[in-house]
Amino acid sequence: MLMPIADKKMLARREECIAAFKTILPEENVIYDQSSLGAYECDGLMAYRQKPLAVVLPETVEQVSKVMAYCHSIGLKIVPRGAGTSLSGGALPLEDGIVLGMGKFNRILEQDFDNRCVVVQPCVTNASVSEAVAERGFYYAPDPSSQIVCSIGGNVAENAGGVHCLKYGMTSNNILGLEMVLIDGTVVRIGGKNLDSQAYDMLGLMCGSEGLLGVVTEVTVRILRAPETQRALLVGFNDVESAGHCVADVIAAGIIPAAMEIMDKTAIHAAESFVKVGYPLDVEALLLIELDGGVSEVDYFTGLVSDIAKQCGAVSTRQSNSEKERKNFWAGRKAAFPAVGKISPDYYCVDGTIPRNMLSRALSEISRMATRFDLKVANVFHAGDGNLHPMILYNADNDGEFQRAEDFGAAILTLCVDLGGVLTGEHGVGVEKRDLMELQFSPEDLNQQQRLKCAFDSNSLLNPGKVFPKLHRCAELGRIHVHRGATRFPDIERL
Amino acid sequence: MKEVWKPINETSVKEAVEQALSNQTSLEIIGHATKLNLGRMIEADVVLDMSAISGVILYEPEELILIVRPGTPLAEVKALLAEKNQYLAFDPPDFNLLWDGREGTGTIGGAVMIGANGSRRLSTGGVRDHLLGVKGINGFGEVFVAGGRVVKNVTGFDLPKLIAGSYGTLCAATQLTLKVLPKPPVSATLLVTGLTDSEALATMRRALNDVSVQISSAAHLPKQIALNSRVPRLSALEDSVSLIRVEGFGQSVTSGVAVLQQLLSASAFAGVLDQSESDMAWSEVCNAKFFASSHLPLWHLSVPPGAGAAVGERLMQELAGRIYYDWAGGAIWLEVGGQHDGGEAMIRTVLKQMVGQDSRATLMRASTDIRTRVSPLQPLDPSLMMLNERVRRQFDPQGIFNPGRMYEMNHAN
Repeated sequence: MLMPIADKKMLARREECIAAFKTILPEENVIYDQSSLGAYECDGLMAYRQKPLAVVLPETVEQVSKVMAYCHSIGLKIVPRGAGTSLSGGALPLEDGIVLGMGKFNRILEQDFDNRCVVVQPCVTNASVSEAVAERGFYYAPDPSSQIVCSIGGNVAENAGGVHCLKYGMTSNNILGLEMVLIDGTVVRIGGKNLDSQAYDMLGLMCGSEGLLGVVTEVTVRILRAPETQRALLVGFNDVESAGHCVADVIAAGIIPAAMEIMDKTAIHAAESFVKVGYPLDVEALLLIELDGGVSEVDYFTGLVSDIAKQCGAVSTRQSNSEKERKNFWAGRKAAFPAVGKISPDYYCVDGTIPRNMLSRALSEISRMATRFDLKVANVFHAGDGNLHPMILYNADNDGEFQRAEDFGAAILTLCVDLGGVLTGEHGVGVEKRDLMELQFSPEDLNQQQRLKCAFDSNSLLNPGKVFPKLHRCAELGRIHVHRGATRFPDIERL
Repeated sequence: MKEVWKPINETSVKEAVEQALSNQTSLEIIGHATKLNLGRMIEADVVLDMSAISGVILYEPEELILIVRPGTPLAEVKALLAEKNQYLAFDPPDFNLLWDGREGTGTIGGAVMIGANGSRRLSTGGVRDHLLGVKGINGFGEVFVAGGRVVKNVTGFDLPKLIAGSYGTLCAATQLTLKVLPKPPVSATLLVTGLTDSEALATMRRALNDVSVQISSAAHLPKQIALNSRVPRLSALEDSVSLIRVEGFGQSVTSGVAVLQQLLSASAFAGVLDQSESDMAWSEVCNAKFFASSHLPLWHLSVPPGAGAAVGERLMQELAGRIYYDWAGGAIWLEVGGQHDGGEAMIRTVLKQMVGQDSRATLMRASTDIRTRVSPLQPLDPSLMMLNERVRRQFDPQGIFNPGRMYEMNHAN
C-alpha cells in the first residue's frame, strides 16, 4: 500500500507546528510524544500502521476551525478521526500530517421529540443515541455492528449501514443536518430540523465522503418510533442457493422485512461454538429474518414468510417467542466476526455488494476461489440488500498468507463489480480498496469525483491518500478537452 | 424561435455538449418542458430537448431496481411499476394543474431534477433517497457514471444525491437508476375535524410519537381549503379536516386504524376514508390541487414540523392568503395575494426569525413579473452559496447547463 510520500520540509517543521497548536488548544490536547502517538497509529484496519506528526484534540468548534485554518495556511495535512473503528483505514495517519481527533465532542446536545430528531456532537457513539431516546419509545435506525463504540461523525464519514438498511436506509437517509468545518476554517451549516434542505444536497454528499471534504462538528439525526414488536425467524436450508431464493421471493411478495441475514455452514458453526444460542448445525445455510411492526401485523407476516420459506425448501424454521429469544437469535449473527476470530488466528473481512439475484452465483464463485487461494472462508451477509461479508481465514505467521488473503479479497470484490455490484457496501474505500477503484469506475468517473474534492479542498490537505488511486492536480482536472472544429453532429435532430 | 437540438441517443447528447462547449453556447435542458415555472427563468442560447432520450433500460421488480432514460414519461414509469404492484416511494407530485398544464405529463428526468417530494416524504424519504445511480455528460463533455444499482453502496462520493434536485445544472443525464418499492396494497385515511392548525399538528405529533403505527402521511386542511376539496366527504364536513394515512397490508392497516382511533378524541374523529376516497384526497394534497384554479403566487415551505403551526399562523397574520400543511406540519403550502413580491420578503423574514436556517421556501407559482424580481429558491448563507457555486463549477466550468436556473451565477472567482 503506497501512501503519499512524506514531505521532508513539513517533517522538519514539526516543533513549530506543535508550538502553534499549543497556542490554539490546551497543552494537554496536543499529543506528540512517540509512545502516546502509538494509540493513534491505526484504526480498525490494523494491518496498516503509521504514527502521525502529532495528534490534536480540539474541544470547541472554534478550536477545530483555528486548527484547520492554521493547517491550511502552512499546507499541513489533516487526517480526521472519530472513534477509530474504520475497517478500511479511513483514519490511517500520515507521517507528515496531524490526526484531528474529535473524541472530546462527545455530548448529546438536544433531544427534540417534537421534531423527532436528536442533535449530537460527532463523537457521541451510535448506540448511545438510541439509548438516550429509548425511554420515550424512539431509536436511531442505522446500527453498524460496531455501534457500541463507533461515533456518529464516523458514521457520517463512512455512510454507515448495519443490518436494518433494507427497510430503514443508511446514515444518509437518517440524518437531517450537519455543521462542518471546511479546510480553510469556515464553519458551514447544512440542513436542519426540516426535511428538505437547501440547494445542492451537500448533506448527501458528506455522507460517505470519508473525511476528504470537511470535518463534521455537529449532526442532527432523525429518530424513529420503535416498532411495537419485533420477531426473528431462523430458517435452515440444505444449500445456500435456496436461502438466496427465499430472500428474493420474500421481496417479490411485497414484503420488506426489517432485516434478512444469511450465514453459511462455517459461520454457523463458528458462531454456535462461540455463543451457544442453539443454531442448527446440520444445515448448510441459515437465514435470519426479522419482522417488525404491530403484533397482529407481525403475526400475519410470520405466516406469509414461513410459507415462502417452506416453498423454497426450508428444512427447519423457528420463530422467537420472546424478546430474550429474539436477542439470542441475533447474538450468534452479531458475534460472527469474533467467533471467526476464535477458529482462525487471523481473518480478513471483505465488504462488497451485489444485486440480490446474483447471490448464489457469487457464493459458488467464492467457494471456487477458496480452493484456488487455498484459504478457508466463512460467509455472513446482509442478504436483503446484497451486501456480502466473506471472512477469509488465514494465519499471518505463515509466509505469504496475508498477501494471499488480500489477493483473495480483491478477487471477491472484482467479482462483485463484474456481477453488477460495487466494491464496498458499508465499510468504505479508505486505503483498503483505494487501488481497486478503477475496477468499478472509468477515469472520467473518478475525475468527476475528484473534482468535487477540488471544490472543497483544492490543495488536497484533508485525508489525502484515501479513496482515490491517483492524485490529480485540480488545475489539470479543470481543463476541458474538446475536439475543436468538430461541429457536425449527424445524430442531432434540428428543429 | 430559439434553436432546438434534439439528441436521439447518448452519443448525440455528448456531441451536443461538445458543440456547446466549442461554440460557448448555453443550453436549456428540457424534457416535456412542464416545469419551467419552477426555479429562475433563464435565457439560454439553445434548447436541448431530451424527450427522445427515453425508455426503460432495466426493470427488475424482485431487485427493486429501475434503470430508465430521463426523457421517459413519468406516467409510463408509474404504469410499468403498477403492473408489478410497485411504485416510486418518493411520491413525485404532479403540479401541472397549478400552471394550467395537462395532468399526467412530464418526464422522470424532470421529476428527479426538480427534486420535489410528495406527501409520503414524511415516511419514505425524498427523491434524493431513491436515486441510486446516474449516467450523464458533464460540462467537460465527458460521459461519467456515479453511484450504482445497489442500495448499499459507499464506493466513492455520492454524486447522485447532488444531482437529485439540481435543476439540470450539473450534467445532461442520460440514465437514472432508481430504487423502487412494493406499493402498500391497502391504504386508509383517518379524518379529524374542527381542529385549529396548532391542535391539528399536535394531534399528528401524538399519532406519530405516542403509538407505533406506520403512518405514511399526515396533512391538515384549514376550513377554507377543506371546503374546496373535490372529495365530498371532506367538503361536507364544512370545517377544518386533518388527514392521517395508514398504509400497508390489510392486517396492518386495520390494526393501525384501530390504534389511532382510540388515540384521537372521540369528538373530533370524523371517520375513515376508504381506498378510493383516500387516493383522491391525497392526490389533492400532494399536488396542491386546491390552488389549481387561481393564479396567485404560491409557496412551498419546508420547516421543522414542531414549528409548523406557529410559522403558519404568523404568516397568515402577516399576509392575506390560503394555507395548508403536509408532512405532519413539516411542509406548508401558502398562497399569497396582493403582494408585489409574492410575499417573499415577509416569508423569508418570518422563517429567519422563527426557525432560522432550518427552513426553505420555494416559489411554486407567480407571474413573470414577480418571478423576475424574487429568488424562487431559498437564498443561501454566503459561505454555503460559495460552496454550492464551487461544486457547480466542478461539473460545469463554462456554465452551459441551465445557467442561472437555481441561483444567479457568480462569475467572480
